[in-house]
Amino acid sequence: MADKKPHIIVQDLTMAYGDFLIQRDLTFTINRGDIFIVMGGSGCGKSTLLRHLVGLQSPAKGKVLYGDVSFWDAEPEERETIMRSFGILYQSGALWSSLTIGENISLPLQQYTNLSPGQIRQIAALKLSLVGLSGFEEFYPSEISGGMKKRAGLARAMALDPEILFFDEPSAGLDPISAHLLDELILELRESLGATVVIVTHELASIFAIGNNSVFLDPETKTMIAQGDPKSLLAESKDPKVINFLTRGAGAKPQ
Amino acid sequence: MPATESMKAGSGLSFELPSEDTLLVRLTGEWKLSSRLPAADEVMKHVDAGPKIGRITFDTEGLQGWDSGLLIFLIRLQELASQGRTVMVEQDGLLPGVKRILGLASAVPERKGARREAARISFLDRLGVYAIASWKSILQTIEFIGEATVAFMRLLTGKARFRPSDFFLIMQECGAQALPIVSLISVLVGLILAFIGAIQLKIFGAQIYVASLVGIGMVRALAAIMTGIIMAGRTGAAFAAQLGTMQVNEEIDALKTLGINPIEFLVLPRMLALFLMMPLLSLYADLMGVAGGLIIGVSMLDLNFMEYFIKTKESVTMNDFMVGLFSAAVFGVLVALAGCKQGIQCGRSASAVGEATTSAVVTSIVSIVVAMALITVVCNVLNI
Repeated sequence: MADKKPHIIVQDLTMAYGDFLIQRDLTFTINRGDIFIVMGGSGCGKSTLLRHLVGLQSPAKGKVLYGDVSFWDAEPEERETIMRSFGILYQSGALWSSLTIGENISLPLQQYTNLSPGQIRQIAALKLSLVGLSGFEEFYPSEISGGMKKRAGLARAMALDPEILFFDEPSAGLDPISAHLLDELILELRESLGATVVIVTHELASIFAIGNNSVFLDPETKTMIAQGDPKSLLAESKDPKVINFLTRGAGAKPQ
Repeated sequence: MPATESMKAGSGLSFELPSEDTLLVRLTGEWKLSSRLPAADEVMKHVDAGPKIGRITFDTEGLQGWDSGLLIFLIRLQELASQGRTVMVEQDGLLPGVKRILGLASAVPERKGARREAARISFLDRLGVYAIASWKSILQTIEFIGEATVAFMRLLTGKARFRPSDFFLIMQECGAQALPIVSLISVLVGLILAFIGAIQLKIFGAQIYVASLVGIGMVRALAAIMTGIIMAGRTGAAFAAQLGTMQVNEEIDALKTLGINPIEFLVLPRMLALFLMMPLLSLYADLMGVAGGLIIGVSMLDLNFMEYFIKTKESVTMNDFMVGLFSAAVFGVLVALAGCKQGIQCGRSASAVGEATTSAVVTSIVSIVVAMALITVVCNVLNI
């Protein structure tokens, strides 16, 4: 964690669907090894921000820089190289339903590496064991529970040893214990792999447990109103909206 | 992963025997998936060469970078060491990150019974499974037809519930919006029929009977069949895909738990709409088909417009119309039944929706042709 090198820089980003403004003037930096939280009330554009970061949607204005490459100004090949360093966990797993869990994890490996089928199998088994799903290779996504789907989605996101992991509401729909285990897992993976993690969530427990940097999006003013370590935000922020959010609407700081 | 993309040093593996019972494995260079990784069996060769070796330790000072490549090597090594050998793999020399990940990988033991073996199934087994599945699907079809009939009865007694706006929307989709394609196909079919007939009839100087051929052919059978097939591809497939996707998204479950019968709410309006629209479309197809015949009659056979019109009117009877319209209504029900049945009974995956759509179209077309054959035979017997 010692090296505070910027990994993702967002400059003056404005997001809109046609004429409908989602968020404007977003400027923040995500450092290498950060666990960066994107938070804010429902409907403020958190997931849209994530779609801009991972290259699914182009910004109305502004830039997203990976290292010193501006993603949306780069050539298509360069974009693809950047995108290959991403691992993304979608909100409901987004596993390919006609493939088994094992095939879901193998697909990116088959596409982008020259590994032998045996090695791919070993890696798929390894990734599944990391998320606690050893032996579930032959199951179809429709045959496992929601929480398992999420973990299988995480295993797929990690298939190519990504430098940046994106999570869209990782703990939504999980019981508190599973959510806690997932948090631990994210921390553990960050520690051991040195990956940068970007999480969209409004799960307070997770925010404080694992986040070390964050941005707070406000749906009313349609821009960011706070950024920094969530714990220090809670301690130092003067903005009642931020405090309200971080205290579940209690409004006051817990003693 | 720490990005040390500077140079691909390749992964190095060397061995030392610091004491008689210990094998020191030295890992150097880049241990990444993109480099060529040594096999774990190499280590085992050294272990087996020294009979007293009971411990494997690691030295990772020369290790420049690693990813899952190193991990699968170590896991394989662990597996080999525990298979019929009494060798301890000591992880002390490994990087802390590697140790943690290995710990994580073995933290949750494999759930018993989770792993599925790809068993070889004998021919008889497969035949039996297939036969049972076929029988089940027949039962399911009968069940579905039964449910649809019950729903229809409830509609007649005014108990069934669906949204009228849905019904009108479906009518528009499978009625008015199908007109262009029905026009095109019917004109062409009329044209083809007239063309084939013209060549033969011209030999006998009986060109005028092209009008009867096209008229009776279209009105009695072909218009209904062609419209049925168009609707199978257009609307039946759409029904299956719509309802199948609703099944995948648990929307049908949501209806059930609200106490709304999905058969009444989804299937009934679709079936009624097709039942009502198909005869109308078929009537329109009659007209278009006759127009197609007329084009050939006037342009190639030197028939006069009025001549053709009168001959058509003379040879086509009301019975022909009735048989055509009745068949069209039957086809409408068949197409809607096949599409909705496949959609409602669809599995919960993207490929299941694909299968449902395919089999909806296939079933519709097959049942249209079979039904037409039956209707023709019955009409023949009854002298209609």
